[in-house]
Amino acid sequence: MARALINLPATAKRGDIIEIRTLVQHPMETGFRPLPNGSLVPRHIINRFECIYDGATIFAAELHPAIAANPFIAFKTIATRSGELLFRWTEDTGEVREERATITVT
Amino acid sequence: MSARRLLTAGIAAALALGLAAVLAETIPLAERRSGFDFMSRETQAMQRDDMSNPGMLSVLEGAELWRTRIGKAGKSCADCHGDAAVTMAGVAARYPGFDAAQATAIDLAGRIEQCRTTRQDAPPLAREGRDALALAAFVAHQSRGMPITAGDDPRLAATLDTGRALYGRRIGQLNLSCANCHDDNWGQKLGSAPIPQAHPTGYPIYRLEWQSLGSLQRRMRNCMIGVRAESYAYGAPEFTALELFLMSRAGGMSMETPGVRP
Repeated sequence: MARALINLPATAKRGDIIEIRTLVQHPMETGFRPLPNGSLVPRHIINRFECIYDGATIFAAELHPAIAANPFIAFKTIATRSGELLFRWTEDTGEVREERATITVT
Repeated sequence: MSARRLLTAGIAAALALGLAAVLAETIPLAERRSGFDFMSRETQAMQRDDMSNPGMLSVLEGAELWRTRIGKAGKSCADCHGDAAVTMAGVAARYPGFDAAQATAIDLAGRIEQCRTTRQDAPPLAREGRDALALAAFVAHQSRGMPITAGDDPRLAATLDTGRALYGRRIGQLNLSCANCHDDNWGQKLGSAPIPQAHPTGYPIYRLEWQSLGSLQRRMRNCMIGVRAESYAYGAPEFTALELFLMSRAGGMSMETPGVRP
C-alpha cells in the first residue's frame, strides 16, 4: 500500500467536535474487471478502515468492491485528550497500513 | 447548400493564406472558461481541497522521485534543479517548449524523459506510467495559479500552426474535428456530459472515470477514440503540436495541476 493523506486540526479545545479527513492511495481493484485476454484482474481492495484514539476505536468502516480507487473517508469526533490517533487500513490479503497523527487538546 | 460550399471554400482559402489564427480562435477571451467551471459543485470541491484531491497523492509521490538519486550518474532531479518550488515555478505553464538541440517542440513529459536519459543516465520511464505522471504532476503543480504562457516562443511558430491545423481537421468515422465540439458546441451536452472548451489547465489530471492520473495526451487519445479515429502514439510530434496549440489557446488562464475531472 502506498501513500496516505491525513488531515486533522493540530490543536483543539476539550469537547470540541473535530473533523478528520483521510485519503489513501489504493487501486480498489474489484475483481470483476476483465483484461483483453478475458481473464479477470484479481481482486485487491481495502476491506476495513479503523481510527483508534485514546485507546478506543472511534470510527470503523467496512469497504466493498464498488468503492472507487483512492478511498476518501471523513468523519467527526470529540477531542478528549492530547495524544496519538492511529489510522489503520486493512487489505483483503491481510496486509495492514498504519499512519499516526497527533493532536494537542487544551 | 451553395452558401455552405462557398463558406467551406472561403475557409480553405483562408487556411491557405495562413489566416487560420483568426478563424480558429473563435472563443472570445472574455468567454474562456476552464473545464473546472463545467464540473459539478462536488467535483469542484474535490479539486479545491488538497486533502480530498487524489491528484495530490501523485504530487507527493513525484516529490519523492524528485529527491531520489537514480541512474548511472547517481543524481536526483534536486541535485541539479534544487528546490522545485523555486526552480520549477512557471515551467509547466510555458510547455511544450523548444528543444534547441533537436530543433523541435518538446513537451514536459518529453523533457523529463530527456533529462532522465541524458543527465541521470537512467532507463526511460514508461510514458503513461505512474512514475512519469507523478513527476510531471509534481513539476506542473509548482506552476499552480500561474498564467499559461506556452506558445510565445517564435521558434515554435511552425509547430503551433501544425497544432492549429490538426485541431481544425476532421478525423475519424464520425468526421469531427476538435473545433466542432470545443469551439462550436462548448457548453452543450454530449450525452449527459457537458462539452468543455478544451483548455488544458490542470494536466496531468486525476480523472474520476480513469480512477487515476493521466496526461493531456491520454485525454486527447480518449477524444480520438470517441470520434473513431486512430490515435497518435504517445509522444508523437502531432500530439506535441496539439498540446502546444491548446496551451497557447489557453494562454493567460491559470494552471490548476493537479486538476480533477469527471
